Amino acid sequence: MLPEIGEFAMILALFLAAAQAFFGIAGAWKGNARWMSAVAPAVAGQFVMLGLAFGCLIWSFVHNDFSVRMVAGHSNTALPIYYRVAAAWGNHEGSLLFWVFVLSTWTVAVAALSGSLPRTLYARVLGVLGFISTGFLLFSLATSNPFARLQPAPPDGVDLNPVLQDFGLTIHPPMLYVGYVGCSVAFAFAIAAMLEGKLDQTWARWTRPWTTVAWMFLTVGVALGSWWAYYELGWGGWWAWDPVENSILMPWLLCTALIHSLAVTDKRGLFKSWTLLLAIMTFSFCLLATFMVRSGVLVSVHSFASDPARGVFILAFLVLVIGGALSLYVWRAPLLRSNAGFDITSRESFLLFNNILLVIATAVVFGGTMAPFISDLLGLGTLSVGAPYFNPTFVLPIFPLLALVSIGVFSRWKRGGLGDSRRRVIGSFALAVAIGLGLILGIYGDRSLLGPIGVVLGAWIIIASLIDPVDRLRRGLSLSPAVLGMTMAHIGLGVLTLGVTTMEARMLARDIALHTGQQVKLGDYAFNFDSIKDIEGPNYSAKQATITVTRDGKLVNTLLPERRTYWVQQQSLAEASLGISWTRDLLVTMGEDLGNGAWSLRVQVRPLMRFVWLGAILMALGGLLSTIDKRYRKRVEATQAQAVPSPSQSQPA
Amino acid sequence: MTPRRKRILLVLGIVAGVAIAAGLGLRAFRSNVMFYFDPTQVAAGQVKTGQRFQLGGMVEVGSVKRQTGSLEINFVVTDFQHQLPVRYTGVLPDLFKENSGVVAHGRLDSSGTFVADEIVAKHDENYMPPAVKRSLQKGESRLGQGT
Repeated sequence: MLPEIGEFAMILALFLAAAQAFFGIAGAWKGNARWMSAVAPAVAGQFVMLGLAFGCLIWSFVHNDFSVRMVAGHSNTALPIYYRVAAAWGNHEGSLLFWVFVLSTWTVAVAALSGSLPRTLYARVLGVLGFISTGFLLFSLATSNPFARLQPAPPDGVDLNPVLQDFGLTIHPPMLYVGYVGCSVAFAFAIAAMLEGKLDQTWARWTRPWTTVAWMFLTVGVALGSWWAYYELGWGGWWAWDPVENSILMPWLLCTALIHSLAVTDKRGLFKSWTLLLAIMTFSFCLLATFMVRSGVLVSVHSFASDPARGVFILAFLVLVIGGALSLYVWRAPLLRSNAGFDITSRESFLLFNNILLVIATAVVFGGTMAPFISDLLGLGTLSVGAPYFNPTFVLPIFPLLALVSIGVFSRWKRGGLGDSRRRVIGSFALAVAIGLGLILGIYGDRSLLGPIGVVLGAWIIIASLIDPVDRLRRGLSLSPAVLGMTMAHIGLGVLTLGVTTMEARMLARDIALHTGQQVKLGDYAFNFDSIKDIEGPNYSAKQATITVTRDGKLVNTLLPERRTYWVQQQSLAEASLGISWTRDLLVTMGEDLGNGAWSLRVQVRPLMRFVWLGAILMALGGLLSTIDKRYRKRVEATQAQAVPSPSQSQPA
Repeated sequence: MTPRRKRILLVLGIVAGVAIAAGLGLRAFRSNVMFYFDPTQVAAGQVKTGQRFQLGGMVEVGSVKRQTGSLEINFVVTDFQHQLPVRYTGVLPDLFKENSGVVAHGRLDSSGTFVADEIVAKHDENYMPPAVKRSLQKGESRLGQGT
């Protein structure tokens, strides 16, 4: 009964979303106040319906209702309850419902917090969001109904893929989806501005916090995905340039460009049409990523043929949304020209270069990701593009970008020449080079060019970002959350750079066959294979090895890697064990029983691995911090004071 | 410099940068792309000697043999038309099984054995590398025509 209620709620939500889209866009176009006033209730109604639908789906998973196809296909009675809940979004159908639910949550937030916007802009933003929601709900109901029944119901489900039974992957998709959907808000603001034919600095100030929050979630989502691949797939791969990963990275790169371009539009009223284009592209890539990952397009372009309904719908929707937005852009963006000039070494130009380099990086990733499909479609043979292509081509725009960050933080709006800061630029660079050289000569000993360059670039960003804020604090001046947030995010980028380059340049890895009692040395560390025993988990049994790691004869870590066999799918899975410290990660993964008491093991030492995650966390926190800046709210109050005071508008909930 | 000349300079700089990036990107692309072949294509001699490539197909049932206590493993990859022996030294990915799809990176040695330096791990058990799937479908349809 509950699944039917869920499905019915989805259908109602579809009608409400369509109403929201129609009354929002048509109401603003006609200037019909009554139509526009119908938008907010539709938003609220849709939220309630989707909450109900999603609740029904989770209920079905929690109560093991195997008559629902999704539950039977992705859950099992032996599965712990938290994974049963997570299984609700661990599949194509459920994740689509989750996507629209997140969208409606964002929409509610926009509706509640933007009451002071001009009526027509408000209606248009919500109308565009309603349109996107309509598309997704139609797709979901027509081709991927999560509540489809199975006759007869099987006695038990086929279980959630063991690889997905993990905390990281439980929260990774929600984070990403919140990020993707957050980009739809920036998109909706962009479309609404073009429909209005007006884009002022107030608009940019309004769009900025929403975009930054979306970016923060994207950052966390990308990092969690990488973290999961690192320790759950267990083989130490933290970034494989896999199409799935690339499809997440591209919107992140574009969104990073967007928040910087929005800063220029906000502060100086420039880059207006460029900002709009970026907002459109960012969301387009979010849509692409959602569909690519979940629809099986990535597995093969030919899966379009295996499920033509889905493929055709996706193509049509993408063409409609992206094509429509770009046509609107071509038509309306010229109205939004801005003419103010700026100097070639001003902050505007640094941010312009930031945008160009980020777009180039996106293009590089896009080219490499799409090449196999294109080659396949044109019958040029099946090829694969991997790290040998991506690493050098990605680094090419990114390294100059990192250097520009360190100089750019000293630049001033409008005026060129770094002025008094020239000395600081040179000083910080010299210090970074000294640190780099010191580390290379003193500790690591040189092995490749990547390590030293990375250390210098990373250290330079951190030092350069700190100089001005520290200087202000020393002179007793306060720092706004916006500046603090920016500084923190840039330091995060520096830390990430240090981590990634050092780790990639100096990691050690070895596959080896070991008997209990034997030892393998890797760098300074000795891994001793002490013993092996049988253990049992809630839905698996496992062999667990005890490996003590010593350095200079002293015990540093005891690692307990497992080789699990999940009962339901009889799938064997390695559970890696990590020895964590700030300077390095030790990683041991169990391969298989080689007979005669020997096991195949992969042992790894990855220096500064923690810096990768710390960098991502700092970036995300920096984003969050900058959005709480008062200036975003001050303007709200100012526009409110100008707006016609009405009781419903004076208190945005 | 006049603002106009500065702007022209800026645009020229951007165009040059993009052009260099595109050129280097294409170069990297051409020299770093790996092609995929199935055993039938290998048997037909489509692979240049010494060329690194991806081999895809199914792990033949009963073909997996390993030296006791050693990391060296031998198995046969088949597309139900032709077979190719593969040698690999290292830890295998979790989803490596007999009678399931596999993609290996490596080169042919002089004896015609494929020496793999990497066996690709897959993200889930339902996923079959698209190229493998197609090779197998081709193989099956060829078989189907034969009977």
